[in-house]
Amino acid sequence: MARRREKLPPDRSKALVAMTVNGERVEAPFEPHKTMLEVLREDLALTGTKHGCELGECGTCAVLLDGKPVLSCLVLGLECEGRSVETVEGMAGPEGLHPLQKAFADLGAAQCGYCTPGFLLTAKALLEENPRPTLPEIRQALAGNLCRCTGYVKIFEAVELAAAWLRGEAAEPRKESLYGYDFDESGLLPSHPGPVGAVLAAAREAAVDEGGDKPRPYRAKAR
Amino acid sequence: MSSRRPTRIVGRPFTRVDGAAKVTGQTKFADDLALPRMLHCKLLRAKVAHARILAIDVSKALAAPGVVAVATGRDLPVPFGILPVSQDEHALCPDRVRYVGDPVAAIAATSEDAAFDALDLVRVEYEPLPPVGTIEEGLAPAAVPIHDHGDQGNIHKLVAMQFGDVDEGFARADRVYDNTYFYEGNTHLALEQHASVADFGPDGKLTLWSSTQTPHYVHRALAKVLGMPASRIRVIATPNGGGFGGKSDVFNHEIVVAHLSRVTGRPVKICLTREEVFYCHRGRHPTLMRVRTGVKKDGAITALHFQTALDGGGYGSYGVASTYYTGALQTVTYRVPTYRFEGARVFTNKPPCGPKRGHGTPQPRFALEAELDRIACDLGLDPAAIRREHLQPANSLTANYLRVGSMGLGACIDKVVAASGWKKRRGKLPFGRGLGIACSSYLTGAGLPIYWNQMPQSGVQLKVDRGGGVTVFCGSTEIGQGSDTILAAIVAEILGIDPLDIRLVTGDTDLTPVDLGSYSSRVTLMTGNAAIQAAERARELIAGAVAKKLELPPERIGFAEGRVFDVENPEKGMTFPEAAVAGESLHGTLGTVGHYRPPPSAGRYRGAGVGPSPAYSYSAAVVEVEVDPETGIYAVPKIWIAHDVGKCINAALVMGQVEGSVYMGLGEAMMEEMAYRTDANRNVVHKFPSVLEYKSPTTLEMPEVETFLVEDPDPNGPYGAKEVGQGPLLPIPPAVANAVYDAVGVRVDEVPVTPEKVRRALKAKAQGKPARVGPERFPAVPYPEPIHVRTPEEGGDGKAEDAPVTAAGGVR
Repeated sequence: MARRREKLPPDRSKALVAMTVNGERVEAPFEPHKTMLEVLREDLALTGTKHGCELGECGTCAVLLDGKPVLSCLVLGLECEGRSVETVEGMAGPEGLHPLQKAFADLGAAQCGYCTPGFLLTAKALLEENPRPTLPEIRQALAGNLCRCTGYVKIFEAVELAAAWLRGEAAEPRKESLYGYDFDESGLLPSHPGPVGAVLAAAREAAVDEGGDKPRPYRAKAR
Repeated sequence: MSSRRPTRIVGRPFTRVDGAAKVTGQTKFADDLALPRMLHCKLLRAKVAHARILAIDVSKALAAPGVVAVATGRDLPVPFGILPVSQDEHALCPDRVRYVGDPVAAIAATSEDAAFDALDLVRVEYEPLPPVGTIEEGLAPAAVPIHDHGDQGNIHKLVAMQFGDVDEGFARADRVYDNTYFYEGNTHLALEQHASVADFGPDGKLTLWSSTQTPHYVHRALAKVLGMPASRIRVIATPNGGGFGGKSDVFNHEIVVAHLSRVTGRPVKICLTREEVFYCHRGRHPTLMRVRTGVKKDGAITALHFQTALDGGGYGSYGVASTYYTGALQTVTYRVPTYRFEGARVFTNKPPCGPKRGHGTPQPRFALEAELDRIACDLGLDPAAIRREHLQPANSLTANYLRVGSMGLGACIDKVVAASGWKKRRGKLPFGRGLGIACSSYLTGAGLPIYWNQMPQSGVQLKVDRGGGVTVFCGSTEIGQGSDTILAAIVAEILGIDPLDIRLVTGDTDLTPVDLGSYSSRVTLMTGNAAIQAAERARELIAGAVAKKLELPPERIGFAEGRVFDVENPEKGMTFPEAAVAGESLHGTLGTVGHYRPPPSAGRYRGAGVGPSPAYSYSAAVVEVEVDPETGIYAVPKIWIAHDVGKCINAALVMGQVEGSVYMGLGEAMMEEMAYRTDANRNVVHKFPSVLEYKSPTTLEMPEVETFLVEDPDPNGPYGAKEVGQGPLLPIPPAVANAVYDAVGVRVDEVPVTPEKVRRALKAKAQGKPARVGPERFPAVPYPEPIHVRTPEEGGDGKAEDAPVTAAGGVR
């Protein structure tokens, strides 16, 4: 973690707090000034909840408190007494990944994966309230979560896909979202246009002479 | 030439191999690690922009509860820096601070709170020095230069080069344009705050886990600064929670925790606050540019003269390379027969700039693409056509000796022009709505390593065990772009197994052969080629053994779907694990290696090392805007982008990189800026080092993106693949500015294109002034005489002429 806080009072005796985390009842002793984010990560070893600012600005640390998304960096651990917390560690069950998790993985809605837990939980709360959200509704629900990798495009698609799965529909990712538009998905390479220019060829020769590796395309072993 | 055999895995979209771990929160980022007895580190950072350190007193901090060790610059006197020519950083400032945020002391304590409390107890006495806050101030003579290295005063680097007879090129032109542009700095804002854990063990060996894109370079710097043999240092790059170039430098905190672990004999961890991440920076250089372009009436360029001045911040970082990059890639998109480039980087008392996605090329790309839009409008030509008709040909050498291989830009332009309805809509939409086009290109890996050597730039080791397990060892670093998935896909393709069956060990300097790191879009091409070599060697060994067993010639052995078999009678064969047993029985323990070294540069002049690449990717984008002429506030409802990736290894990952690049480019275009102010004490301070105030696009600003993947395979790429992680960012900022012009007829020659600037330009237009906002002038920069290189067309050999040709009539 990366604390930056006002100087702490000298009395730091621990509080004992009981709460339900991912369906399991836990009792945790921790210093009373600690945020829920710190308690989860440091005292309960649930590092699936990430942090990007610890100031309530980025949405990365979102978890569900009694089913509602909260920024765990803005909630004191003490406030969780007797309440129910759900983190990303609680999403997958014995039957496997939650549909949101599967959709995020399949579509590449998680690239670096750092903002992913916060998005998943915020989206889960959305779909529990609204099983058929429109794209503007998805955008609105996720507006407090920042992602720097995906441009949100795959995240929107993954939420739509998971929503369909949760409604019991046999939905599949759109071809355009996996290959783009107009894409020839045959997997066959088109032939390379044009001859290699004389200067380029000479430079390649020189490259080989000087120890640079020859272009090493894949050779088919079995014909 | 690449095989035309259909691939089973390569090219298709499939779930990334680390996908399940990421969606369950089980990926272990650096701050998720905790070791027994671990101490926590905090850094004391300067609150003054430029000052001499007269004294540091740490005695009170050392006596504070929980504090175990304190370090200052005296403990770590050896300088370091990512480039051999810029060894100007210290782990902790020994005698001078150069920006607000420069670290001067470090505390290791039993808890993070205790370390934080002790920061207040360190007394530092400073003698303030005049701070330098802008490019212009950096160009002025300096009483106390920020560094004692550099070309003159606060000018870190000056470069000047000329390719071909530029004066003749301008003389031949029907029109000559001369405009200035500015691109504001911005930062990566990766959501993971940098973190490191160091563990100096009783065996005298050091392990550092760090969120770094470049473990190999961190390894080298640690050995140098700590004075330890590299063989006793192990750097493990944890998966990066976003990199974008921001974790490709060697950072103070990485060295400090290693030192504190050595001193205390205990593991030491640090995680930077978001504010500190802003101070680490290494992001986009604020860049002033002057562009002179000579063109024929049909839009053909006859001469291009590019001048840049970069605000480098307080340290060298990658800055020398960044400076060259502002002049390197102008030539690979459209034909530029003669070219002069002059670049300068100045030191200022701000967080150091370095490489951010596109490294040094988005700024000149913005200027060039805005310039072309101007030229097209002035000549009455279609901005799409002026580009389409003057493309740099495939398989050619540019004026500055960059070797263009495959070149799919024409196809990219065609896709976005058709899909956006460009011909029917551009210039014809109601006032306030508009379309803009821009193109770009990017490297698929820098041709040269950061330090001169002749060793491979990427290596792969592959182990096949008798259970059929395949482990791939490679120094490449997973930063979210999917490098692990690419490695697995290529090895799986060749050995006919499932990518998820492959175990990957990556980014670990003890266990993996060197890969230089996740920067310059080098990983897919370089590790991919190395992986192909290693996997084909393994395949050959196994095929030989299976062929012997089946009494067939080895060329009849095929690998697919977890089996090794007779291709003419696929029923005849065995499972992959059985084949591995056959292989090990015949050859002994199965292990192979592969490596990759790019071809050398065709250029032989000084500076020719920056720009060459095994292959160049190409992108074209059309952006639509809706501008409110009253307020200047505009929205971007839709973006069309086409990207020539050569060949998709995993189409879904390629899509994600294109969309993510578009997003990041849009953030730069519309709002992101590392802005500074000067406070009452003449301190240069960051205006808003926080996620809230550093505006970046949210789900509400992100437009619909229609993506087209173009495959123009390059012979140098694995299966023809080229880069995708950076190139598609580049056309977005100029396309936004060009769209604003189409919408309301004003030019914003600055990035970001903020509503305030749009409104100011509209006001100027209404008052009959030039309908433009942008830098009024380009400062006087003491560029040296350019080196002169004859172009390939002029029969040049890539070397500079002995006597520099004086630029008669050139702009000075």
